Amino acid sequence: MPLLDVKSLSIGFGKAPLVVSDVSFSVERGETLALVGESGSGKTLTCRSILRILPSAARLRGGEINYNHGGHTHCMRTASPAEMRRLRGDRISMIFQEPMRSLSPLHRLGNQVAEVLHLHQSISAAEAKARVLAQFERVGFVDPERAWNSYPFEMSGGMRQRAMIAMAMVSKPDLLIADEPTTALDVTTQAQVLGLIKELQAETGMAVILVTHDLGVVANMADKVVVMNKGRVMEAGDAKDVLGDPAHGYTKKLFAAAPVIPATAAPAQTQEHADLILDIQNVTKTFTLRAKGWRAPQVVTACRDVDLKLPRGKTLAVVGESGSGKTTCARVALGAITPDAGGKVLFSARAGEEAVDVHRLTTAQRTLFQRDAQMVFQDPYSSLSPRMRVVDALTEPAEIHNIGTRAEQREKAADMIRMVGLSPDMLPRYPHAFSGGQRQRLSIARALTLDPTLLVCDEPTSALDVSVQDQILGLLEDIRDQAGLSYLFISHDLAVVARIADEVAVMRAGVIVEQASPDTLFYNPQHPYTRALIAAQPKPDITRPIDLGLVAKGAGDPTGWPEMFRFEGHSAPALRELEPGHMVRCHA
Amino acid sequence: MILILRYALTRFATMLLTLWIVSILVFVIINLPPGDYLSNQIAELRATGQAEGVAKAEFLRTEYALDRPLWEQYMIWAGFMPGPQGFFGLIQGNFGWSFEFDRPVSEIVGDALWLTVLVNLAAVLFVYCVALPLGVLAAAKSETWVDYTAGFVGYLGLATPNFLLALILFYYGNKYLDLPIGGLMSPQFEGQPMSWDKVKSILVHLIVPTFVIGTSGAAAMMQRLRANMLDELSKPYVETAIAKGMKPSKMLRKYPLRMAFNPFVADIGNLLPAMISGSVLVSVVLGLQTIGPSLLTALKSQDQFLAAFILMFVALLTLIGTMISDVLLMLLDPRIRMGGRRT
Repeated sequence: MPLLDVKSLSIGFGKAPLVVSDVSFSVERGETLALVGESGSGKTLTCRSILRILPSAARLRGGEINYNHGGHTHCMRTASPAEMRRLRGDRISMIFQEPMRSLSPLHRLGNQVAEVLHLHQSISAAEAKARVLAQFERVGFVDPERAWNSYPFEMSGGMRQRAMIAMAMVSKPDLLIADEPTTALDVTTQAQVLGLIKELQAETGMAVILVTHDLGVVANMADKVVVMNKGRVMEAGDAKDVLGDPAHGYTKKLFAAAPVIPATAAPAQTQEHADLILDIQNVTKTFTLRAKGWRAPQVVTACRDVDLKLPRGKTLAVVGESGSGKTTCARVALGAITPDAGGKVLFSARAGEEAVDVHRLTTAQRTLFQRDAQMVFQDPYSSLSPRMRVVDALTEPAEIHNIGTRAEQREKAADMIRMVGLSPDMLPRYPHAFSGGQRQRLSIARALTLDPTLLVCDEPTSALDVSVQDQILGLLEDIRDQAGLSYLFISHDLAVVARIADEVAVMRAGVIVEQASPDTLFYNPQHPYTRALIAAQPKPDITRPIDLGLVAKGAGDPTGWPEMFRFEGHSAPALRELEPGHMVRCHA
Repeated sequence: MILILRYALTRFATMLLTLWIVSILVFVIINLPPGDYLSNQIAELRATGQAEGVAKAEFLRTEYALDRPLWEQYMIWAGFMPGPQGFFGLIQGNFGWSFEFDRPVSEIVGDALWLTVLVNLAAVLFVYCVALPLGVLAAAKSETWVDYTAGFVGYLGLATPNFLLALILFYYGNKYLDLPIGGLMSPQFEGQPMSWDKVKSILVHLIVPTFVIGTSGAAAMMQRLRANMLDELSKPYVETAIAKGMKPSKMLRKYPLRMAFNPFVADIGNLLPAMISGSVLVSVVLGLQTIGPSLLTALKSQDQFLAAFILMFVALLTLIGTMISDVLLMLLDPRIRMGGRRT
């Protein structure tokens, strides 16, 4: 008898058509099942229905969910609330996508984790604490006692997700449901968290249902795969078969869209570029935190000694984890933040034009600069005003700069919306009528209405599904070639960068640790952090699992890197050119 | 713990500073209209030819330094500077002289002060006791008849004028429950030393005023708490708690309520002064011996020391209220305690 058996499950909202229909799968003890699909595929509703944690408007319309435990079958659809509560957290536990928001900020971690034990067992406080501390140690907290007394906001995202895992594991459940557990984490942290789940699973023999959109994660984790689209199962079977030889067209499409770091045969030839559109010279930015009471003000270095050159018509990518300083660089480049003394940013809008210093502009120059340099933001859901029609959002830039008549502005908006692959009929609509990918197209259209020459893209695809990401990257490439744009492209995803960039700078702890063209970088990565990033990228191929050793070596603290690359406290070694066009931060 | 103590001390120091600034403002504002109580009176006495009264008024004028420049008046009133009687101002515990009642301010205000605090504390307690369960219930059962009923009663409380509510309650309270009408104690206890019977009499008399002064505050507070709770209920940590196997009622108390509590606590400071100034009219209608009616007379007749003292007292209550809520927030919310290291 399988541990969990889901038979022709259907879920719907009110009178609307079913959002999940006729979904069946089963999970055996100790096995990992991956539910794969894009947003809106119904994968999250499906996994939540197992514990009956659904939005209040959602209704189970049909099917059965049976959980077999100790020779007894619990029917999760009809179980009483009390019976459900006994199973939740004890026999079946769950971890969620956003570790930042899934823990209460007002209660200590120890309290929140030990609560699981107190809810399900009569156990003394001391015994509960001992077990929680052991679990904390197991999930990788160096000082479990300190973790016990910490509040979630004192920890990084990866550490919070470890705490969530400790909470889910402390009662030794039979089944762990993980809903996109690593989507909000950096790629190196993701690799470590996935490795941890796998280890814990091997130790305790629990089964895992992993909900994800990332085929690379599936390949690293799953024994069985269920591919879902629009509430239906497209394809199901052993991971080996589904990933090795996808039968269904939709699965094939997902594979084609999944970004991969290409296997590179040889390093590229370097070319010298004299015509730079953007020249970031020696930029350092420190922020001074406000002094608190009688404590001295604290100085935080966001980025240090950054030199970047963007040749006209090319794409320069800055890659790094959260907190690496990449966004600060982008904001300095656009003049939104002024760098510390000694740094400057030169911008020359068109070939042959004299370069201007972005941070020393006259008012007239600034207006011109703002027309020539535009930005595309990360989150298409919050970067468009929900109260403005698309046509107003697209004509607003021209209105601000007093360009053309109203009719001309509308004409331009129609051109732009066509350019990004949407129809001018959509102009009178409000943003909520568009999907995430369409909204990102609108953001790009808005950035383009002033005919800029430089586009700064801050993680433009990280909030999107893989297949949509693929389309948006394609669009950005087309526009670049069509309109002769130059991109400063900020991303945490090497695979995305591999596709679009002409030059990649890898940042860590505020400094560039390695810089080269993508071919050189992927063919011959020198820096341990670059190697960790490449190794941590999950590949949709079960024969090439993540090498956790390589990830751990490079992703750790810069003072723990191999001697050649090690930081001495805060002082980093210099950036050296190892071969033409390939710079690495290392000791000579 | 030491951190909180230190915070409370700094907070106390800033409170004293604020109080000092408030005292200047109060004094200046009261003296803004031309003339003062005594010069008005002297003019009136002269006009009616009562020389004897004029002499007394002139004596009071020098006695209370009203003939000196404004800043000196202030310094003497506050007790920073020696006046005709030496250092004898607010700091030294002298609240001044009421010209209207011809008695020291402390005598007039005396009992009323404590009764004011009593009535308003009772009202604040009432607000919290009513708003907390109703607000939580309305949020937990949102969009059911419980929510709608609570909302309806709340809006009714907000919309009914207080004095009207007072009259209705007096009428029916007296008719059916034998509640006393008006006042804060039976007449035979006035001016008597505290006794068990007096306490009982005061408590019975408090019922209606508490209800009247508290309803609108409670209704507003309930709506705020409901909205906060609804926001919190959609947060992912609520799902985490359910996935742990918690009972909904316990989950509600431990997680979202704690989060929704901050604005609730922060309101203590605003509630007190709002109620005191809001209850002036109610006190007049209900015949309560609070400082409300005295304030009204004092302001009308430019009885400056009485008015200034009452305003200072209200300011003090406000400051104490905000200080209490700040320290409580510090205790309740680790994010505030740890100095905003929030992400």
